[in-house]
Amino acid sequence: MKSTLAVLGVLVAFTSCNNSGNSDKKSGALASNVAEKVYIAPGEYDSHYAFLSGGYSGNLTVYGLPSGRMFKEIPVFSQFPTSGYGYSEETKPMLNTSHGFIPWGDAHHPDISQTKGEIDGRFIFINENNTPRIAKIDLKTFETTEIIEVPNSAGNHSSSFVTENTEYVVAGTRFSVPIPQRDMPIKEYKGNFKGALSFISVAPETGEMDIKFQVLMPGFNYDLSHPGRGKSHGWFFFTTYNTEEASTLLEVNASQNDKDFIAAINWKKIEEYVNNGGGTMMPTNYAHNVYDEDTHTATSIMKKEVRVVNPSEVPGAVYFIPTPKSPHGCDVDPTGEYIVGNGKLSANLTVHSFIKMLDAIENEKFAGEAYGIPILNFEDVLAGVVEQPGLGPLHTEFDGKGNAYTTFFISSEVVKWKIGTWEVIDRKPTYYSVGHLTIPGGNSGKPQGKYMFAMNKITKDRYLPTGPEMEHSAQLYDISGDKMELLLDFPTHGEPHYAAAMEASLIKERSQKIYKLADNKHPFAAKSDDDTKVVREGKEVHIYMTTIRSHFSPDNIEGVKVGDKVYFHVTNLEQDFDVPHGFAVIGQNNSELLVMPGQTKTSVWEPKQVGVWPFYCTDFCSALHQEMQGYIRVSAADSDTPIKWSLGEDIE
Amino acid sequence: MKTTLKLLMVLFVTLLVSCGGKEEKKKESFSYQKKTTTEKAATPKAEKVPASKKVDLDNKGIGPITSITLGAEVDQAMATHGEDVYKKMCTACHRADKKFIGPAPTGILERRTPEWVMNMILNPEEMTQKDPLAKELLIEFNGAPMANQHLTEEDARAVLEYFRTLK
Repeated sequence: MKSTLAVLGVLVAFTSCNNSGNSDKKSGALASNVAEKVYIAPGEYDSHYAFLSGGYSGNLTVYGLPSGRMFKEIPVFSQFPTSGYGYSEETKPMLNTSHGFIPWGDAHHPDISQTKGEIDGRFIFINENNTPRIAKIDLKTFETTEIIEVPNSAGNHSSSFVTENTEYVVAGTRFSVPIPQRDMPIKEYKGNFKGALSFISVAPETGEMDIKFQVLMPGFNYDLSHPGRGKSHGWFFFTTYNTEEASTLLEVNASQNDKDFIAAINWKKIEEYVNNGGGTMMPTNYAHNVYDEDTHTATSIMKKEVRVVNPSEVPGAVYFIPTPKSPHGCDVDPTGEYIVGNGKLSANLTVHSFIKMLDAIENEKFAGEAYGIPILNFEDVLAGVVEQPGLGPLHTEFDGKGNAYTTFFISSEVVKWKIGTWEVIDRKPTYYSVGHLTIPGGNSGKPQGKYMFAMNKITKDRYLPTGPEMEHSAQLYDISGDKMELLLDFPTHGEPHYAAAMEASLIKERSQKIYKLADNKHPFAAKSDDDTKVVREGKEVHIYMTTIRSHFSPDNIEGVKVGDKVYFHVTNLEQDFDVPHGFAVIGQNNSELLVMPGQTKTSVWEPKQVGVWPFYCTDFCSALHQEMQGYIRVSAADSDTPIKWSLGEDIE
Repeated sequence: MKTTLKLLMVLFVTLLVSCGGKEEKKKESFSYQKKTTTEKAATPKAEKVPASKKVDLDNKGIGPITSITLGAEVDQAMATHGEDVYKKMCTACHRADKKFIGPAPTGILERRTPEWVMNMILNPEEMTQKDPLAKELLIEFNGAPMANQHLTEEDARAVLEYFRTLK
């Protein structure tokens, strides 16, 4: 009875919303049918996970499909006071770079690890555009566990896409720069700047990343990329713009050429060359940051050299395919045969054929060369053209059933077209100015398409106004039929540039519930009450503290002085799912800590005033959460208050 | 008068149940219940035995353990292992011989069945929701929840053996 009422209530809510809406002309009955398609009853699960990049938030958000509910924000490139990521002593090294500690990032293109061309759900990779880095997030814990900086790169945009067995995660530079960096006039860009395309190997067992080699390409802008798959496995494709090599007013100067290129890189060939000692080790400086799940601590190591390869050293490994007008997205269909160049200033959508490309290469049918790299004939490689499908094509995804879906930024729509016949099958408006779109399993040989969602750049009137700034909006479509059906609007966080999605079953069962206390190897862990203590080492005071519902041990601390550097090493003794404890102390200049069961985290506190100061748990942990508190006494710098600590001394 | 109070109580509880965060609700209802027990039982409380002192050697509790047989003699190796587990996983809230966050385990087998003890270790959430003694204990100990530390059955059994050595 109650549930009927609830369903009715929801239906009424949806129906009434629809009546006031103006974009949907559907009847009330149809609208309620749509509501059912995205309605996940309380306590039930979504069928898919979606991981949306946060753009300038630097992070990654986790959503459920079809409900559009946000489950989590995973901190990646930005400090996150909610958990203490980037503030705690253990995680600060994650944000170290050759430019020092960087508290922020611009996160762009998440991509999930693959085995045999299928999404395997082990890791998700994402690139930082501004200070070039690639991060790896472990999907057991939904935590960022590794970040590698990419030297010789600037505007790490044609990244972070993986090959079909996650042999490599690839990072291409958007901006070409002097390599090595040096002081030189900007006007001498042309012919002197270079674009580095980095192939970062991923260890099969651990997932550890290592820059295997960088291909030093001509000084164009490398915009987006995708791996070959199936028959084209072993190749990687990058769109370029600014083949004019302009350094100023690119808005005009980089739009002069009728065609730019898609660069086709035979990475297998270069890998073989490198495995035989090819390439040159070049001095450089970049950070490699790894989080250890046993010590709960990240370390940052500065690497001092990187292997670089000039295309001219490996004949037959790099080719240019002419592609109309500043192509943006570079998308490879599930079979690996078709490479779509989304020429953003072009009226038509260009599709290249991998087989034709191989044929042209074999017959050496070249139209010319650029910096020694052969240029193929546009017509020789062309598979087909989707004629005037819309304005401003950006990105294409595939449903695995022979259809492609392309976003059009200027005309604000998603267009569905058929691979092979190149005919437009359907078009649906987006609200408004769509950028990326995602189909679960997108960058793989086996899309899991029932849903597609479009990530829009402009929101305007889709939600209640929230001042001049609105969260960006995503739109979910059902793509199981011939025609796309708009199901849902949902707000997103930051600015999603691409998202990766997959069936929930791939990771749900493997999701880790706790960290085992027995495996905790943190050097400052207190794994039981016996281990709790306060130790002074000169001006440093280390507090080995534990938490369990609902007290800190110790909770009375004395002997700390003004001018000390106090390390609160907090170990959460809980071994039960979803029972974190928080830690906050008055005047904390960094952030709180949120400590997972079995984990140890450290916050540094530098008391500046004499007094007795409270600390408390920030995460509502039990009925006695409000009682979870303690005091730390701070004496004058010249006092001789002895170090003392206790818990419940006066308990009966 | 009494019925109005009851009605009000029912209303209040329903309100709490129907809205509010999960944990918050618990806390509110605990403090509410605590008030009623002290107020209502002001006079008859003198005779009431607290749950921690009650003896019930029939109740086996609710959980994976339905029957265990204790050896005639304490298995010393097992008890030593149990003491180690207890120190690592339990001392944050329990002291051997005094009431701390939770009750003291000394003499527990004079008051409880071995099955009940193990079920309390292995299945505390359900126990404190459904088992009458565990429910009373939760209230007696101010609503401090017995944390599920996810001991294996083997480790919980060893802890029980260790408890046999506490006199």
